[in-house]
Amino acid sequence: MSADVAHDLQAQAEPKERVATRVRVVLALGPLASLAGVAWAIAQPWRLTLLHPFGQGFWWLFSEPPLYVVLVGLLFRFVVAPGIAADLEDSR
Amino acid sequence: MMPAAEMVHWWFATGFLVIGLLLFAEAIVGTEVWQRRAWRKYLWPSFLFGMGVLMWPVMTFFTNSAVHMVAHGSWAQFLMLAGGAELGVARGKLHSQYWRLCSAAAMLVSGTALLVHEQQHWLFARAAFLHHTLGWTMIVGSIFPIAQAIRPRSLTAATGFATVFVTTAVILFCDRDSAAIFGHFSQYAGVPHR
Repeated sequence: MSADVAHDLQAQAEPKERVATRVRVVLALGPLASLAGVAWAIAQPWRLTLLHPFGQGFWWLFSEPPLYVVLVGLLFRFVVAPGIAADLEDSR
Repeated sequence: MMPAAEMVHWWFATGFLVIGLLLFAEAIVGTEVWQRRAWRKYLWPSFLFGMGVLMWPVMTFFTNSAVHMVAHGSWAQFLMLAGGAELGVARGKLHSQYWRLCSAAAMLVSGTALLVHEQQHWLFARAAFLHHTLGWTMIVGSIFPIAQAIRPRSLTAATGFATVFVTTAVILFCDRDSAAIFGHFSQYAGVPHR
């Protein structure tokens, strides 16, 4: 194979790999956030008033910070990330 | 009937986390790919503007001193300014890259307001510590939008800007009105929480 052709092929392959890495990172952002929320809930279960709801008022039952983090991660993964990954694949 | 102040911090933390993730994604894929879908380019500027709007009820209902009112009011104004400028850039009505300086101004004003309105020293209670930390995070973090205004394609500046939002979210999620910080708790701080 000519060195010029080989060099061109190499130049084309690199961006593909880079794009694939970017896709993986974008798709991983949401699950990482959700995982952080789950870890937080395990480390500080008292932050989840739903686990011991008796005697709690509305606002304390509504305010579940670790669940907020899990929810944000899931929403990002299933609402935002797929479109970004698809557009990134198309941009190759 | 009113939610506790720390709950409001957690709700805003959620907003900052959303913006942080969106900014990270934009930094990773680049502005061209990010703006391929029209709705996506308005996402984080809308959140920023919306959080500015929501700061007004915070100012109204959680004002326990004049300095709190001024601080919350200035955050509301500058969050709306930054969000509005970014929306203008996303829509194409504003063209200059230097509109990103509005975000830097918002962070500088927010950071200063956080430091000025926190009357207690660092280790008074957790809320005092976190307000000092947040204030300096915002002030130091404003270097990233300034860098973006000068070099819009800088990956370091973009990821730094996103990191400031995620860091802010983490700090706000840690907030408790009266809890110990590093084992310290002032006898004047009230009833300690966990």
